Amino acid sequence: MSDPVLSIRHLTKRFGGLTAVRDVSWDIFPGEVVALLGDNGAGKSTLIKCVAGVHQPSEGEIFFGGQRVQFARPIDSRSAGIETIYQDLALANNLDVPANIFLGREVKRRYFGGLIKTLDERTMRAESQTALDALEIHFPTLTQPIDSLSGGMRQAVAIARAVYWKARLMIMDEPTNNLGVPEQQKVLDLIRKLRDQGVPVILITHTLPDVFAVSDRLMVMHRGRKVTEKQTKNTTTEELVHYMVGALDDTREASTAEAAA
Amino acid sequence: MTVPDTVASPGGELAKLSPGKRFLVMLSDLWAWLFLVAMILFFVVSVPIVGSATFVTVRNSQNILVAIVPVVLLGLGQTFVIISAGIDLSVGWVMSLASVLSALAIRDSFNAGAPVWLAVILGFFAGTLGGALVGAINGVIIAKLKVPAFIVTLGSSFIVRGMALLMSENTTVIGLPDIRAYGNESVFYYVRGGDQAGFYFLHAPPLATNMLRQLDRILPWPVVVTAVVVGIVMFILHRTQFGRHTYAIGGNLEAARRAGIPVDRRIIAIYALSACTAGVAGFLSTLQYGAGSAVIGDALLLSSIAAVIIGGVSLFGGAGTIMGTVIGSLIIAVLTTGLVMLSVPAFWQFIVVGVVVIVAVLIDQSRDLLIGRNESGSET
Repeated sequence: MSDPVLSIRHLTKRFGGLTAVRDVSWDIFPGEVVALLGDNGAGKSTLIKCVAGVHQPSEGEIFFGGQRVQFARPIDSRSAGIETIYQDLALANNLDVPANIFLGREVKRRYFGGLIKTLDERTMRAESQTALDALEIHFPTLTQPIDSLSGGMRQAVAIARAVYWKARLMIMDEPTNNLGVPEQQKVLDLIRKLRDQGVPVILITHTLPDVFAVSDRLMVMHRGRKVTEKQTKNTTTEELVHYMVGALDDTREASTAEAAA
Repeated sequence: MTVPDTVASPGGELAKLSPGKRFLVMLSDLWAWLFLVAMILFFVVSVPIVGSATFVTVRNSQNILVAIVPVVLLGLGQTFVIISAGIDLSVGWVMSLASVLSALAIRDSFNAGAPVWLAVILGFFAGTLGGALVGAINGVIIAKLKVPAFIVTLGSSFIVRGMALLMSENTTVIGLPDIRAYGNESVFYYVRGGDQAGFYFLHAPPLATNMLRQLDRILPWPVVVTAVVVGIVMFILHRTQFGRHTYAIGGNLEAARRAGIPVDRRIIAIYALSACTAGVAGFLSTLQYGAGSAVIGDALLLSSIAAVIIGGVSLFGGAGTIMGTVIGSLIIAVLTTGLVMLSVPAFWQFIVVGVVVIVAVLIDQSRDLLIGRNESGSET
């Protein structure tokens, strides 16, 4: 197997006396979709926020592309190539599709030796169209504020933005939440396309059917610890539920086995 | 107000609306223009009926343009601020301070031996840069110290007012050289009758007193300056990255931050720009009256906000245009001028402007309902 894109080593995150994430190690490889599962408060979000630069780990290390990284702010992790799509999508709903894809990284035309710079709308529109075409996303028009688009289509804009800016790892937080069934299918299709383009995806979700539909591997957290890591095809919904509520725990078995030995 | 929709929401693109609805949306997009035209038509018909005057005359139109100069200038900066989901309550009193500052600069530099034209230029920079400094301080407190814009600009407007009164030593700065030519001259003059009838460029011909009523000023300099400022801010808002970021900050602050936009710096610049256009207004008023006044902008804050709102800028941020603000200012000015010519008592002007503001917002809201904008995504 090739080298992992993301490698988390013994990551612990404490908030005062509360340990939200305890000694988690985890690898993500190129071109795979990995689901991150767990009940509310299991530590999924905290773990991901450590990777995204929102939080800084209390202990442990994160390697990205083989390099040790320490992200002080979200923008640091983004510029390294980790794109996190949160539920609120981080889009400006009053702007159109190209404006969102290029938000903060607008293409400019320079006049008078760079004294005056204007937005190069034409280039941004053309590039956006190319990015959307590559993902087979079709909009009737690109030049309307995206608050007139459905949730799934906005999700697609966020994904297209990540792909256009050559994200090397995509983290998606409950991407199918609040979407209708056809829209959910579209988003899952997009996740498969990302994988086909070699971009690994971490999928944080409660929706077990989604896990079985798109993920290659999965990891389950319970009370801040990683309780299991499996190939998706080797498990069942029932088994996953047992892991999520803490009835099954691979580490506990290992430690009892150690104690016995 | 997130409504979890279990079926695929149909989007809401304009194309999918029925033709009737599409027409209504178009109408609501253009309503400010239509309202302005309808209002002018109304006054064209009604003014001659009530009195002997005609509404659409060169003199009248130029008077209206001169009258809206301060409202437009205050509204321009306010447009940026409100699009970024902020509010600037200090613009009226910043204008007063700028009037005092530019009057002091003109008087003192002239007394120190500078020629009048240089004194005027120094006055311009004193007014605009002094204003911009106040705005930048507002912006720093709002962006860095996270104090709500409403509070910061409310507080600073009192401070600015105190400073303006203090510096003007009794509200008016007098003793300036004769600069009214700069403020009151026009690009063109037109004499309607008599021996000297015709167009004149830059300077009016010497006229007998009884002929002054035959003289029309066309494009007074304050109007020209304002038009230039309108052009500049239109370019900034609609064509540059700064403008795009202004919309993004108002649309979704968190998204703007995550996208790597230097939000704090942008907010500081937005408030500096707002106070700077107010500074231009203060400078122009000094030119027009030949004196600095620490109370000149007192009544203008709310008019400028009203113009911005009538022009379709959303108080929630993220939407609006410069042209809308200009139209909004025109609507207020045409309305008040027309009502005066109809001999309607002054208090009615306030009542009518108030009704127009509320109706404008209602039209904007019903437009959003028509299109079926979903706002769930913008809330975090």
